[in-house]
Order: sequence, then C-alpha cells, then structure tokens
Amino acid sequence: MKKQIALTVNGVKRELLVNPQDLLLNVLREQLGLTGAKYGCGIGECGSCTVLLDGEPILSCMTLAVAVNGSEVTTIEGLLGSDGSLHPIQESFLEHGAVQCGFCTPGMILMAKNLLDKNPHPSEEEIREHIRGNLCRCTGYTQIVQAIKEVSLTRKA
Amino acid sequence: MNGKDDFKIIGKPIPRHDAWEKAFGLTTYAADFSLPDMLHGKVLRSKYPSAKILSIDTTKAKRLKGVQAVLTAKDVPRNESVTRFGQTHTVGGGFEGLYRVLADNKVHFLGEAVALVAADTEEIALKALDLIKVEYEPIPGVFDPIEAMNPNAPQVQEGRSNIITHYEVVRGDVEKGFSEADVVVENTYRVQFVDHAYMEPESGVAWIDENGVITIRVSTQVIEHFRGIADVLNLPHNRVRVIGTYVGGGFGGKEDITVEAFLALLTYKTGRPVKLTYTREESILSHSKRHPYVMEYKTGAKKDGRLIALKARLVSDAGAYVYLSPWVLLYSMVDAPGPYRIPHVRVDGYTVLTNNTFTSANRGFGAPQVCFAYESQMDELARRLQMDPAEIRKINYLEKGEALATGQVLNHLVALKETTDQVLQVLGEKPLSKGKIRIGRGIASGMTSYGRMIFLHDTSRSHVSIEMDGSVTIRTGVQDIGGGQASSLCQIASEVLGVPLDHIKIYIADTALTPFAGTTTATRQLYMSGNATLIAAQEVRKTLIQKAARMMDLDPERLNLVDREVVDQGGSGKNLPLTEVIKACASDGLPLYHVALFKAPFRTLTQFERIEGDVFPDFTFGTHGVVVAVDEETGKVQVLKIVSCFDVGRAINRLSVEGQIEGGAIYGMGYALTEEVILKEGITLTPSFSEYLLPTSMDLPELETLLIESGDGVGPFGSKGVGEPSVCSVAPAIANAIYDAVGIRINELPLTPERILKALRKEENDENPLSRHR
Repeated sequence: MKKQIALTVNGVKRELLVNPQDLLLNVLREQLGLTGAKYGCGIGECGSCTVLLDGEPILSCMTLAVAVNGSEVTTIEGLLGSDGSLHPIQESFLEHGAVQCGFCTPGMILMAKNLLDKNPHPSEEEIREHIRGNLCRCTGYTQIVQAIKEVSLTRKA
Repeated sequence: MNGKDDFKIIGKPIPRHDAWEKAFGLTTYAADFSLPDMLHGKVLRSKYPSAKILSIDTTKAKRLKGVQAVLTAKDVPRNESVTRFGQTHTVGGGFEGLYRVLADNKVHFLGEAVALVAADTEEIALKALDLIKVEYEPIPGVFDPIEAMNPNAPQVQEGRSNIITHYEVVRGDVEKGFSEADVVVENTYRVQFVDHAYMEPESGVAWIDENGVITIRVSTQVIEHFRGIADVLNLPHNRVRVIGTYVGGGFGGKEDITVEAFLALLTYKTGRPVKLTYTREESILSHSKRHPYVMEYKTGAKKDGRLIALKARLVSDAGAYVYLSPWVLLYSMVDAPGPYRIPHVRVDGYTVLTNNTFTSANRGFGAPQVCFAYESQMDELARRLQMDPAEIRKINYLEKGEALATGQVLNHLVALKETTDQVLQVLGEKPLSKGKIRIGRGIASGMTSYGRMIFLHDTSRSHVSIEMDGSVTIRTGVQDIGGGQASSLCQIASEVLGVPLDHIKIYIADTALTPFAGTTTATRQLYMSGNATLIAAQEVRKTLIQKAARMMDLDPERLNLVDREVVDQGGSGKNLPLTEVIKACASDGLPLYHVALFKAPFRTLTQFERIEGDVFPDFTFGTHGVVVAVDEETGKVQVLKIVSCFDVGRAINRLSVEGQIEGGAIYGMGYALTEEVILKEGITLTPSFSEYLLPTSMDLPELETLLIESGDGVGPFGSKGVGEPSVCSVAPAIANAIYDAVGIRINELPLTPERILKALRKEENDENPLSRHR
C-alpha cells in the first residue's frame, strides 16, 4: 500500500506517494529528479547520500521516506541561488580545487553548510571531525578542509 | 608564442569548468540518467571461488511477472573473445587476454557473473535472481600464486598453464656483481590486494537509438571497448556506441569492461532501455584489484655506497583471469631496479592465475609494488653502510643520458637530486619523541612511466574548431575521470588561440561523435590528447594568423592572438578583432577547424621474454618525505606530515596538479597503513567500507606539495604526467619512517598495528640488544 507523505524539499512543498520501504535517497532521485545525492554504498558508510533534514545531516540511503513525513529536506540543488549564484561554500570549493571527480562533493558541501550554520568559525580539527563520515577518494581531503576553513575566515562573525 | 613567462592560461590555478556543475550537484553521472520505459538490470554472481556449473534453471525466474529477460552464457552470441583493452594494435606474445562475459561450465572466482536479469523494477530483478537455480559442484582451487606455479596445482583456466607470463631483464653479470659487493641486503617483500574504492560504483544505461545502434552511456575510462562489446553481440563495430560520462573516480578500476557488455546484451534482447548499477558489495567482489606481489630482493653495494648489483624475483597474483596482468608485470620489470645506476641486474617476473578476484590496473600499474621493495632496500643498505638515506640515493640516482637496466636511455631530465633536497628542506627538523610515542622520518623516491608502452602504437585525436563569433569547440574522445582531463585541454586551446576559457566548449567521450583519443589510463591523456589538442589549435591559429597578416599587410611572425584580437607585436599598434579574420577566412573557404592525430613513438616488440630497449615514452620522477608517530604500546602509526616533490615538467593547471599529488599521497598512505582486500581461500572478507578501511579526514597529515617545472617532459609545453606517479613512493617512505621511529622493518603491507606490535615484541624478546637500531 502506498502512503502519502508531505515534504518540503529545497523550500518547495511536495506531496508524494511512496511505498513504506522506499528510501529517501531513491524518492529524491527517482520521483523528484534530484540526483545530487548519490548512492555510494547503501549502508551508511561513505556519506555520498548526505542531505539535510530540518538542517541536520542524515544518510538518505538509510532513511525511510515515510519516517521523515512533514520534514524539510535540503539537497545540494537547494543551495543554488535563485539568480544562479553559487553559495559561498561552493565558491570556496571551486577556488581551492576541492572538487575532483565530484561524487562526494554534494555530501561534503552539505556537511560544511551544517557545520558553518552552527559554528561559523570552526577550528581545522572541528572541520575534520565534522566530515569524518564522508569519504573522498580523489582529493586526500586537504583542499576540502582548506575550502571550508576559508569560508569561515572570510565570514564576518 | 611563447616564452615561459608569456603564458596567459597555462600554469594558472584555475577552477575547472566541470567543477562548477559538480559543486551545484548538476553533473549527470551514469546512474543519474534515466529513460522512459527503462528496465533494471541485475547480475547473478558465483557463490564459490572454484566450482563446476552442473546446471542452471531459469524457468521460475522467467515466469515472474515483470521479468523481461534472463540470460546465461548460452544466450550470449559470442561469450568468449580476445580483448585488446581498448587498443587497436595487436601486440601478440600473450598480451591480449581472454574476455568471458558469463561463466559457462565453471566459475573461477567468487563473484564471477553467471546470469543476467532485466525487469520492470529493481525489486523484481532482485527477486528473479533468487529464483535462478544454479547447481554447483565445488572443486579444489588454488589461492596462492607461489602454490599455483606448481605444475600439480589445480588448473585455474582450462587448457592453459597457471603461469601467464615470465619476463626477464638482464644487464651485466649479476653474480659477478655480488662477488664485488662489500655489503649485500636480502629481503622478501609482500604487498596486498587493493580496491580502487571510487565513490561511484560501476553504472550505466543502454538503449537502442532510432538508427538501431546499441548505445551505452557508462562510467568508464575506456569508451573504445565499444569494439569488444560489438564482438560480444556479433555486430559490426559501428552498431555499438559508447558515451562516457564524467566518472566518479576510476583509478584503473574502470579500465576493463564493467557493466557495458551486460547492458548491451539486456537491451539487445529486450529492445528496451536498461540501467545497471552495482551495489558497493558487488563492486568490491567483482571488479579488478591491485596485484599482490611477492618480491625477493637482493641488493649489493660498495663501501662508498655505490650500487653494484640487484637481483629480484617478482611473482604477482593475477587472480582468475589474465586481464592486464602481463602489462602490469612488464611495468614492474622496467621499474624493479628503481631510478638507480646499477651495473649488474637480473630481474625475473611471473604473473600467475589463482582462484582469487582477478587483478588488473590500479593507480601506479605495477610501479608502487616494486618501489616499496627497492626503496626499503635502499634504506637497509644505508643502515648497513651507516650512511644517510638521502646521501646513498643521491650517489646512485640515474641522470639524463644514462640507461635503465633494459637499455632504455633517459632522454629527459631526472630531477631526483632536486626533489630529494627540496623534500628534506621542507621536512625540517625531526620533532622529539615523547614517552611511548616515537617519532620517525623517512624518504623514498620513485619512477613511474607516463604514456602507454610504445609497442602498443598509441595514438590520440582531437578536433578543434572556431565559430563565427570567435568561440571555440573541442571534440575529443577523452574520458574525464575527475583529474581535469577535459579542462586541461580547454586551457591549451585557450592559450594557443587567445580566446578566454569561458568561450571554449569541449565535447568528450563519444565513440560516434568525438575522434578517438584512446584510454584515460597510464597517465597518458595530458601527454597524448594534450599534444593532439595543441597541434589542432596551432593549425587553426596558423590559418587565422596567415589570413590576418594578408589583411593587415604585416609579416605573420609579428602577429599574436590575445584576448580575441590579432595583435601586432612589432609596434605598429595595429590590431584586428578576431571575428573579422574568422569571417574573412570563412568567405575564402579556409578551414576553421583541424583534426590532429598525435602518435607516440612506436616500436614493435619481437621478443617477449627478455625485455630490452625502449618501453615507455618517458618517466616522471619524484620523492616523498614523511614524519610518523608510532605508539609503542598499541602499534598504531599516525602520519604527521607528507612532503611530496615532483618534476611535473610544466603545470598546466596548478590546482589540478597539486590536487593529483595530494590525492596521490593519501591514496599511497592508505596502501601503506590500512587498505587490504582480504581473501581467505578465495572468499572476500572485506566487502564494505567498514572492513576495507580508506583514509578519512581524521587520518589527514599535514601535506606539502612542491613542484619542479623543468619543462623537459614530452607532453604539451614540456609537461609530464603526474596522476599515477603521485602514489609511487609513499608506502616505502612511511615504512622507512617507521624504521626510523622504532627500529623495526616490516616487509609486508599494510603496516597494521598488529604487525608492528608483533615485530616490536619480537624485538623485545630478542636477546641480542644490538638487533634494535634507533
């Protein structure tokens, strides 16, 4: 039996019919066409599927869509400004070469947003701790950590 | 054009065009693409590493509602073929391997594909897999390459010896060399299976287009597998088209065919679009691994540190299928003595079939394995001779004009003295050890080829055209696997044509529409397709300049293209907008495009056992220096700092080059410390990221990256390749640093806390107090 749920996705209210076993990742990707969140491992070990649920990061590959009925979901597509402008975190990722293959990038950027929303000036240690669950095979993390740090430095307190 | 200092775009740290879309989350990776009426594919895989297939019953699976196809080996038009791995030239001598799409009478490794399903939904496809009945009879397998060399060992593939290849490299008289040596160091080194662990699992979508062409949109390093896929279907090659997506990490693991043939078969049989994405577990079980090696090394030196003889015996585990194992071994053979001047050398190498997961390309392609051995040997020799590890290396480094043991003369700068000095300088003073936390420093140098072996007759093509408004289009069959392969080509065209980067559009990786550019492997794309794009852009430039010279009544030598203008550099002050020249060329019917073919140096190999003469176009040389902290109580190693220094020839994009070197350092650190695909009797014990341990942000050391730009590479503007070389010498530098910290040497990767503790305890129990060196 399909269930009706309501989600606010990137600021837009969506009414959706989902199976009880449908994962949020698949609902976002297949029903809403938001493919920014990725399948990397399916069991919560890589962080590629990270989205923000009411502002907090979750692993959408391990989250049932019915379980988050009524919530607000932010995906990487939601960071795009209405004028097509980049979020400062995205800009910093580009300037620091923190994007190589780009597959971990949506998850990394959302983790960075979550951290900086809560803690505008994190230490390098806090940044590394915050993204520890998000794997990246290309960059070796340095440019990602630097990119996040740079945003926090240029932001006014 | 162009003195070094005149570059406008080359060498600048420029954000890549593909990075913008990736940061927005808008890049359509292979699994992000769907079509109406699309089916979902799944693969049934072997539960045994070695078994006969007695029968396969697909009746129940076929009857399940929503199942559109169930295929086994008998449904594959050509189930077995000889693969050339995307090359067009046939080398011979065992270089081409068997490609079997689905197991028929026997399974040879755990996870080998046995049957394919396409169904309306993924859930139905999974249910159908459960309904396929395969009757197996397990038979004895062989899981150790040394055991597999025994003529009485179980035969892995029917009708052939387990020993795929034996190679040798011989220079001088190695026994005579050892008789003249003052000190000889002898050790056996072992390295492990490694997974590429790209974040994006293998994936693709296939469909039949309106012209009846099987079209496969796939995450791959090699679109030119389309020929092999057409062979599987018994179709003409022009009836299969492969479109390469931006790849979510490759590292060699997407060099062999992954999902393509399965997709082609399922779409061919059903007539409908099909998507197939591997699960992570499936990916780890079924795709290639980096070769484990057993390496017996004997190195001799004179009292003053000069190397005199090196003897090595390499045995690599090819797993159950040949794939690229002979190629990888050949790289190891050339690199085995390291970048050193050694008068007497003998290297023997074997690659051997076992019932383990098959092994093939992995970033470094045979270079990191032997580097671990030869650089551990160098430190051992230094210790025995009471020399500084950097000094003994500097005495022995090869120089430009000298020859490798194979006889290949190094025609380009070998900057190893410089890379070593720079690394030492930045490494600084060793921090003091505190209590049970011991600090150590180590260095290691390496050589890694870039560009394919020259007897593969490698070529690349690039098409550059300029539009009426002065915007530029590049078309080339390059696969972009995240290293900035496409954007570097845009920079080259931008530099040559004086057109800003945002006026350049590149189309890549489509076998129907882009000229063939070969594989994104072997650190070859900047070298090969960079040169092809450079030539094509230069030809277009020539047309424009000559026309402009006539229009301006000036000597073409005086003209340059700058910011979409033709500029007289001779001081007349005359400028001409580029668009006016383009219009004039178009009116005259002059070609405003050029398709260039770049050929690597060619040589045909006639002798396949003894490897002699030129094998590679050139090498990249570099040095790693590391600082580690070893906890004597737990055996845990923390890498505090990695300094990398490479002669990159010329940095085309500084951000991309540094990104490769930093990423390579961490890739190498994982190899050294934590990563291992553990196989027990052919069963994979590490099929997830909680068992296969990748470095995380918490393991990140301080990284320093130093570039030397000699301008002496064979790539465009004197560049060299750096994607794979960046990994090469990390592991031995860490092993050497651990020795420096606690006085123990472990000859087996990964350097786990268990191995270190065991070695430390053995040292403690040893009665001889001199056995432990600090």
